[in-house]
Amino acid sequence: MKPTTAKKPAAEVLKDDSMLKQKAMMAAHYERLSSAPETGAKVCSTFVPGNLNELIMCFDLVNNLPEVNAIQSGLRKQSGGYIMEAERAGHSEDVCTYVKSDIGMMMKGNIGPNGKELPKPDVLLLSYTGCFTFLKWFELLREQYKCPTIFMQTPYMADGKITKNMIDYMVKQFKEDVIPTLEQVSGVKFDIDRLRQYLAESAKAEDDLVHVLQSAKNKPSPIDAYFGGIYYIGPIFGAFRGTEDATEYYKFLREEVDQRVKLGLGPVTPDGPMAEEKYRLVVEGPPNYTSFRQFWKMFYEEGATVVASSYTKVGGTYDLGFRHDPSKPLESLAEYCLNVYTNRSLPMRIEMLSNYINEYEADGLLINSIKSCNSFSAGQLLIMREVEKRTGKPAAFIETDLVDPRYFSAANVKNRLESYFQMVEQKRSGKGIAA
Amino acid sequence: MTEKTVSEIVSRCEALYEDLYFNAAREWKAAKPGRKVIGFMPLYVPRELIHAAGMLPLGIMGGGDNLEVIHGDAYYQSYICRIPRSTIELGVSGRLDFVDGMLFPSICDVIRNLSGMWKMLFPDVYSKYFDVPQTYRDEIGGEFYTNEMREFLHDLEGIAGRKITDDDIRASIAVYNENRRAIAELYALRQSQPWNAPASEAYLVLRAGLVLPVEEHTQLVRDYVAAASAEQRPVKDNSRVVLTGMFCEQPPLNLIKSLELSGCYVVNDDFVLVSRWLMDDVPTEGDPVHNLSQAFLHRSMSTAAKYEPNEAEKGQFLVRQVRDANAEGVIFASTSFCDPALLDRPMMQNVLKAADVPFIAFKYAENSGQMQPIREQAGTFVDSIKLWSAA
Repeated sequence: MKPTTAKKPAAEVLKDDSMLKQKAMMAAHYERLSSAPETGAKVCSTFVPGNLNELIMCFDLVNNLPEVNAIQSGLRKQSGGYIMEAERAGHSEDVCTYVKSDIGMMMKGNIGPNGKELPKPDVLLLSYTGCFTFLKWFELLREQYKCPTIFMQTPYMADGKITKNMIDYMVKQFKEDVIPTLEQVSGVKFDIDRLRQYLAESAKAEDDLVHVLQSAKNKPSPIDAYFGGIYYIGPIFGAFRGTEDATEYYKFLREEVDQRVKLGLGPVTPDGPMAEEKYRLVVEGPPNYTSFRQFWKMFYEEGATVVASSYTKVGGTYDLGFRHDPSKPLESLAEYCLNVYTNRSLPMRIEMLSNYINEYEADGLLINSIKSCNSFSAGQLLIMREVEKRTGKPAAFIETDLVDPRYFSAANVKNRLESYFQMVEQKRSGKGIAA
Repeated sequence: MTEKTVSEIVSRCEALYEDLYFNAAREWKAAKPGRKVIGFMPLYVPRELIHAAGMLPLGIMGGGDNLEVIHGDAYYQSYICRIPRSTIELGVSGRLDFVDGMLFPSICDVIRNLSGMWKMLFPDVYSKYFDVPQTYRDEIGGEFYTNEMREFLHDLEGIAGRKITDDDIRASIAVYNENRRAIAELYALRQSQPWNAPASEAYLVLRAGLVLPVEEHTQLVRDYVAAASAEQRPVKDNSRVVLTGMFCEQPPLNLIKSLELSGCYVVNDDFVLVSRWLMDDVPTEGDPVHNLSQAFLHRSMSTAAKYEPNEAEKGQFLVRQVRDANAEGVIFASTSFCDPALLDRPMMQNVLKAADVPFIAFKYAENSGQMQPIREQAGTFVDSIKLWSAA
């Protein structure tokens, strides 16, 4: 099929200004991390879902996210080797490849994406939010690093509601366990007004992020809310939420996206701006990172834009209305954790995806099922059928992995996608869905 | 009264184990109008609360190796374990059509998500994700858990159509204390005379407790202990091993038999953990919900699905099991794709290495059919124990 992107003469990857800005922010963060032994900064490792960055900053700790390190290893084609290293050391081939990439990286000297050694964490903040594997992951890291480990449990939102018992439980954990231990590790006294200030800053960035994500309701969508979305969520899901840098970035991004809307432009892909938006998709599940560009290309070459995705909600469901609230700081952090996508029940996920299809006027749902991630993957076949039933839009299923190159079969994925786009065409022309 | 023989007891337990229509529980329900049955999955739920509501707690441990999974596979990718697919099969095939509620304990993301699937598939049946604390301070995790149990009690009252009093719960705790004592006697027998109480029999006796009323099960366990103690079976030159990793998806019976045939006396294990999760009697005085919470926080077993806050304690529960049972090695038998067991395993193995306890590891599924490789592996393990321990 004829590519629908504008022709680019060189192989150079094109990026929006916002993407370049984001890249610079991430690079600066890794420099901050790798220079921690020299600067004396203390490091707190934690996870993206349930990331308590505002609280971490209250103790002058630098936030290190092993998932993001694994993603960086995947993008740089290093995760495959790391995973095999971990498997040689006795880790099962069946379990999460983020964990094995992280452990393999550690075994190979813990070299970060800037080519420098990442520091050992001073504290592991095990925010047990939406993923069972987190619990074991930090037990495994604790075994190696021998540093204090703080356990913070987020109850699962199984019945689609947040109860007082859940909030009370979390606030008590903050007050009686998380904060005192962070004070002890950092030597910094907790100041709730400082936390309020960061939370207020977070809310500003969250407003702008939501504006950007919802810009995909335009036709054409000015953004790709999955592949491009991963760049957009980087700062707010990582070490920047609550900082002025993040506020500035999301303001900048918003202006950039607004400008594209004004000009009627589509997303910028690594090969240039999308020339024609042929398909509008909602995607469920994380992407593959080891072949990220190749994977994205399979979409934009066919004129497919992702207008909404669940993955860009693993670090917070801001588009559903949640904002960090400085007037009730600890309760607000608890609500944030409770609301992340992977902590939501299956019926809630189905409703969310169905709503996305309707609100974003999408052609259908695509599920990228990840071998590593049972939190996402278990139940996705039911999600697919139920969303199809509720929306009347076709759904499709592909299987890859996060950072394990052995589970990315380009030919299979491409075949499935091409068949899916044909299905969408048939549905549009009223011929029904091919078997 | 005629005493039952081992063979009679085990035959009955085996029939209950193989009955995937759960006729014993159906008959219990049909015997009296208004009776209700509440199903639960591994790992643990406080069955005392269900019992106090006058209901039968029914353990659903998947479909085993005798269930042909036709519909269940359509719900899961190939890289997800078998227990959720066979449980769905049990549900959609009508085998659980008499069950008034289903509980999905907090054990892993697969069972967690199954709780939501159940709500979608069976919207008219009460279903609950049963969350438990992974923090163990009384005023934090304890209070959360107490409130969760009270919420569950409130739901049960709605289903039962009556109030559940503290005295009801205290009486149920006493009944389950008795059951736990009987099971402790069974494990003591297995450790003192493993030749007289093989793991494959003990497993069936434990499994019967998932479908029978607890009072009946307690008697059955005691009958088995009495009958097995009186047997004079030949003592073999087997190695004493602890079997671990089977806390959720259950092994096929043939797997346990194969381990025994390859020369293992399984002297401790983590089969059907719900029956031994609380390690002592739960007090029957005072606030019964608080007492159940205290027992969970401070006197429950250790397993891969549970966070260990103290690094020095990590794996020590298993080491103590080995020492207490005078075992010579550990077999890690984990379900394929089981996140808790497989992520935990390297840490446990490091602890065993430090404690100089030999081990082997393999994976299985509830419908594994080919036992020869497991027999060979276990047989070699036993030989190596014999060889090296004799040196």
